[in-house]
Amino acid sequence: MTSIWEYANPKKFIDTSDRVIPALWVLSLGTLAIGLIWGFFFTPDDYRQGSTVKIFYLHVPAALMAINAWFMMLVASLIWIIRRHHVSALAARAAAPVGMVMTLIALLTGAIWGQPMWGTWWAWDPRLTSFLILFLFYLGYIALWAAIENDDTAADLTSVLCLVGSVFAVLSRYAVNFWNQGLHQGASMSLDAEENVADVFWWPALVAMAGFVLLFLLLVLIRTQTEIRARRMRALLARERMQ
Amino acid sequence: MIPELGKYAGAVLSAYGVSFVLLALIVGASVWRARNIRAQLKDIEDRLKAQRSQ
Amino acid sequence: MIPLLKRDLALAVRAGGGFGLGLAFFLIVVTLVPFAVGPQSELLGRIAPGILWLGALLACLLSLDRILALDWEDGSLDLLATAPLPMEGIVSVKALAHWLTTGLPLVIAAPVFGVLLNLAAPGFFWLTLSLLLGTPALSVIGTFGAALTVGLKRGGLLLSLLVLPLYVPTLIFGAEVARRGAEGMGVETPLMMLAGISLAVIALLPFASAAVLRVNLR
Repeated sequence: MTSIWEYANPKKFIDTSDRVIPALWVLSLGTLAIGLIWGFFFTPDDYRQGSTVKIFYLHVPAALMAINAWFMMLVASLIWIIRRHHVSALAARAAAPVGMVMTLIALLTGAIWGQPMWGTWWAWDPRLTSFLILFLFYLGYIALWAAIENDDTAADLTSVLCLVGSVFAVLSRYAVNFWNQGLHQGASMSLDAEENVADVFWWPALVAMAGFVLLFLLLVLIRTQTEIRARRMRALLARERMQ
Repeated sequence: MIPELGKYAGAVLSAYGVSFVLLALIVGASVWRARNIRAQLKDIEDRLKAQRSQ
Repeated sequence: MIPLLKRDLALAVRAGGGFGLGLAFFLIVVTLVPFAVGPQSELLGRIAPGILWLGALLACLLSLDRILALDWEDGSLDLLATAPLPMEGIVSVKALAHWLTTGLPLVIAAPVFGVLLNLAAPGFFWLTLSLLLGTPALSVIGTFGAALTVGLKRGGLLLSLLVLPLYVPTLIFGAEVARRGAEGMGVETPLMMLAGISLAVIALLPFASAAVLRVNLR
C-alpha cells in the first residue's frame, strides 16, 4: 500500500502526473464537450427564462470550481504549513490563476444572464457580490506570490494569507447577505436555480460540472509540474553562479 | 442543427463565446509556459551535464 | 509592552512621524465628495454615513505601511524579535499604537466632518460609536497586511490590494450601523456583528501577524 505522501516527492509527482496528463486531456475535453453540446443543442428552453437557461451549463460549473479551487488552495496551504511538502505549496500556487479565471467566467456569464433577466448587467445581489470579493482575494493571493522572491518565504506568507483570507471570505459572504437584505427584499429571480430545475437541465449540467472538475485537475497538474521545474531551474542557476 | 435561441440568442452566444475565450486563454497560457519552462530546464541540465563530463 | 507603546507613540507624534496626515486626508476626502456628487444637502445627508466610513477606512489604510516599515529598515524590528516580549505582543502593541495615532483621531473628527456632509442628527452618535468599535479592527487587520508585505520594496500598493478585501465585513457592518442610526432604525444586529468582528479580530489575528512576521524576519 503506497502512501499518498509519496507524491510529495517532486520527482515522483512529475513521473506520475506525466502518465496521468494525456488521459486527463482526453477525459476532460471529452466530458466538457459532451456536457456542453448536450446542454446547448439537445435541451429545451425554460418556459420562464427562454434560451438563457443554456448559460447555466457554463455558469454553474464555473461558480462551483471558483469556490472549490479556493478550497483546494486552502487544503494545500494547510498541508504545506503542517507537513512542509513543497509540491503542496506549488500546487496551491498553480491552482490560483485557474480559480481566478473560473471566478471571472462565473461573473461574466452571470452578468450576461442578468442583462435580459434582471434588465441590468450588474445587480448587487449577495451572490454576485460575494464572487466579486472572491475575485479580489484571488488577485491579492496571486500578487503576493508574484511579489516575493524567496520561494519558501512566499509559500509561507501566501499560506497564511490563504487561511486568513478563507475566514474573511466566509465572513464577507454572511456580511454581504445581511447587507443586501437590509436594502432590498429578496431577489425576485435568483441565479440559484439548483433547487427547482428539472432533470432535463440537470443532467447535462452535471456532465459539464464533471468536465470542469477534470479540466481544473488537468490544469493544476500541468501548472504544478511547471512550478516544480521552474523552481529546479532557479536552484540550478543559483548553484552555477556560486561556482 | 443550430437550436432556435429566440430573442436571447445574443446573450447565450456571447456567454459561450466569453467562456470559451477565457478557458482557451488559461489552457493556452498553462501549456505554453509548461513547454517553455520544460525546454529551458532541459537546456540547463544538458549544459551542466556537458560541463561535468569535460 | 508599555515602553514599546510609549516609544511608538512618541515616534508617531514627533515631527515627520506622519501623525495627523490621516486626519488631513480624511478632511480632504470629505471636502471632495460634494464636488463629485453635487452640493444638494439632501443627497449628501443620505450618503454621509457611507462616505464618512469609507473616508475613515482609506485614511486608516494610508498609514498602514508605517506600522512596521520604519522599524524594519533601521533594524529595530530584529532587536524587538530577540526581546523577551512574544511576537504576538509586539504586533498587538504596534496595532494599538496605530489605532491611537490614526483610528482614535478619526473617531473624534468624524462627527465634525459629519456636519460638512449634512449628516442627520441621530446619526452622529451611531457614527461615532460604530467607528469607535470598528477602527480597532481596521488597525489590527492592517497590521497583518503590513506584516505580510514588510520585506517588499514596493509593498505599498500590494498592501492595499491585500488589506482592502479583508476590510469588507467591518465596512459593511460599520456603515450599516451608521446608516441605520442616521435613519432612526434599529441598529442592534449590525452593532453586535461589528463588535463581534472587532473582538474576534483583536483576539485571533495577532497570531497570524506574528507568524507572518517571524517568517519575514527569518
